This record gives sequence, structure tokens and C-alpha cells, in this order.
Amino acid sequence: MAAENAIDPIHQFNIVPLSGDHVGALTFTNASLFMVIVVAAISLVMVFGTSSKALVPGRLQSLAEMSYEFVASTVRGSAGHEGMRFFPFVFSLFMFVLFSNLIGLIPYTFTVTSQIIVTFAFAALVIGTVIVYGVMRHGSHFLHLFVPSGVSPILMPFIVLIEVISFVSRPISLSVRLFANMLAGHITLKVFGGFVTLMLGAGALTGIASILPLAAIVLLTAFELLVAFLQAYVFAILTCVYLNDAIHPGH
Amino acid sequence: MAEALAQTTGTQVPAGAPHEGGAFPPFDATTFSSQLVWLAITFGALYYLMSKVALPRVAGILETRQAKISGDLDAATAMQAKAAEAGAAYDKTLADAKARAQATAQQMRDKLAGEADVKRKALEAELNAKLDAAEKQVSAMKAQAMTNVGAIATEAASAIVAQITGRTPDAAQISAAIAKNG
Repeated sequence: MAAENAIDPIHQFNIVPLSGDHVGALTFTNASLFMVIVVAAISLVMVFGTSSKALVPGRLQSLAEMSYEFVASTVRGSAGHEGMRFFPFVFSLFMFVLFSNLIGLIPYTFTVTSQIIVTFAFAALVIGTVIVYGVMRHGSHFLHLFVPSGVSPILMPFIVLIEVISFVSRPISLSVRLFANMLAGHITLKVFGGFVTLMLGAGALTGIASILPLAAIVLLTAFELLVAFLQAYVFAILTCVYLNDAIHPGH
Repeated sequence: MAEALAQTTGTQVPAGAPHEGGAFPPFDATTFSSQLVWLAITFGALYYLMSKVALPRVAGILETRQAKISGDLDAATAMQAKAAEAGAAYDKTLADAKARAQATAQQMRDKLAGEADVKRKALEAELNAKLDAAEKQVSAMKAQAMTNVGAIATEAASAIVAQITGRTPDAAQISAAIAKNG
């Protein structure tokens, strides 16, 4: 069984209920467990870490302050000062995605963001927020998002069509980008891990050569750390850009 | 064990192949409802914790620190101004004290010079007076001596006359003669 786990690169994405064998709507699965772990880890940094409110911060508080200032400057930079009303939302998103990606890199863990339904739910939440806030704030003027100014009337239908397609494809690209990055990275790591076990089992010569895929795993893990952070950042900054559209729909 | 090995060698080569015994897990729709429910619960809790507790707290910490830093900087600037002021006051006090010391020394010098002058003048006057008195005494003594000389001359003249003539001459005549020649 253990050998099969190590080799099968898809096994890590299986969702298994922690009790019973049927997955219902409220079933607590390994995915649910890691969602709870992610939220607990974020809370450890952001709530427990800041509980002393020290003037000179300790390690956890520094981490909390750095996260705060990083996301705050991202939001302010891409969505303007008005975008700060969405700061808690973007911050929660960024931290959830980042911690899911990072915790998923630890062996034997489950990566919450490697499930398309999770990333799609986030993307739908973002686009839903954009539409609801845009309509609430600007009414029909929000539709100007699809009608750029200064375009000749002949071209207008095509431009509007392109704008609508680009708007509709946003949640898809946003969710698939994160999901595919996580999925591909974890599969690659697992495949190289499988090479190591296979080569070690196949003989002395290949056993010595198994150092090569092992080195590749080390490099890939470092690369995946970068990807984990980068994808969380990309998710957050694109959220800011889309929210900026809701705040200022006139381009 | 043999079965497991056969299975692994089979699945290892086509790495991206669909997982046997069910759909590819991320696309398995039967798990979607559970994931969505738990995502809503956990993300909702996270959003609540962040927006109500953590973020206001961090904002407060950063604000407090900013206020403390700018307050400290202001205090430092004020202290510096105070120090400069104290330095200026010290310089002024020093200059004043120097001027006062010079004035006092000048005054003292003037006073001592004046006193010495007065003393010198008094001494001069006294000496002059003494000189005058001495002169007067000398002249008085001279006059007295002259009168004594007259008496001696009279006496000598009467003695001489008595020796020569053998008779006692009239004293009044001799005095008159001496006064006439003398």
C-alpha cells in the first residue's frame, strides 16, 4: 500500500472522508481538515501572533505586520484608496491561498487549492463581488465596463463582444491558473519521487543514479515554494484589478 | 505485494493517465458539495476573524507605532531646541559675567587710584604744613639767636670797654651802638 502511495501521482488528490466511506455535503474529509488547518495556521499568525500588541514586534507579530503591509500596499497600488474597503476580503483570500499552497508542500499533506472546485469557488466569489458591488455602486453605468469610450460605432459590436468574453473568461482563467499550477507541481514532485523509489529498488547501479531525481526533487521543491507564493500573489493582485473595475468601470 | 508492484509499474509510465477506479479526483463531482460547504465555513470564519479581529488589531499596532515614532521625533526636536536655547543662555550668562567682572575690576582700579590720590594729596599737604612749621621754627630760632647774639655782643663790648677804660659803661649806650652797627 505504501509503495503504491509513493508511486501513484494522482493519489494525493483523493478526497477521503475521515469517518465512514460516503462523501456527503457535510462530510468532514481530508480536504475539510486541511481547510481547518489552514485557517488555524493563519489565525495563529494573525490573531495569536498579534495578541501582545507589542511596540517592538516578535517573530509572529512581524510576520503578521509584513503580511498586512504587503497586501495593503498591493490593494492600494492596484485598486486605489477606495479599494481598501475590500482589503479584508483580499487579505483573507491571499492568506488562504498562500497557506494552502505552502502547507500542501509538506509531505503527506493535502493541498486545498489543488481542487478545481475550491479555486473556482474563490474566482466566482471574486467576480460575484465585482458584479454585485459594481451594480450597487454604479447601476447601469457599470455596463460601461464593456463599452470603452472613443471607439468608432462600426467597431463597437466587436469590441463589446470581446470585452464580454474577456470578462466571462476571468473567473475561468483565475481558477484554472491556480488549480493547474498546484496540480502540475505536485504531480511532478510525486513522479520524481516515484523514480527514486523505483530506481532504488531496481539495482545497485540505478540505486546510485537515483540521486539525480532526488536532486531534481530538491530543486523542484524550492521552485514550488516560489510558485506557491507567486500564485497566491497573482490571485490577490488579479482580484484587486477586477475590483478596481467595479470601483472605476469607465476604464 | 506482487499485485501492488504490478500495479505500480503499470501506472508509473503514463503519469497523467486517469486514476483507475473512479474519476480524476479534482473532477469528481461527488466531493464538490462537501468541499464547497467546508470552504464556505472555513473561509467565512477566516474572513470574520481577519476583518473583525486581526486586521483592526494590526492596523492599531502600526498606527500606535507610527504615532510613537513621530511623537518621539517631535520630542527629540523639542529637546534639541531646548538644548540650543540652554547653550545660548549659558553663553549669554558667561558673557555677562565676564563684562561684570571687567566692570568690577575697572571700578576697583578706579577706586584704588582715587584713594591713593587722596592719600597722596593729604600726605603732601601734611608734609607742606610740616615744612612750613619747620621753616617758621627755623626763622624764629634765627631771630632768637640774633637777639642772643646782641646780648652777647653787649656783654662782650661792656667787658672790653671795662678792660680798656676801667669803668663800667652804660649798657644802654652799648646796645644802641651794637644795634646801629650790627
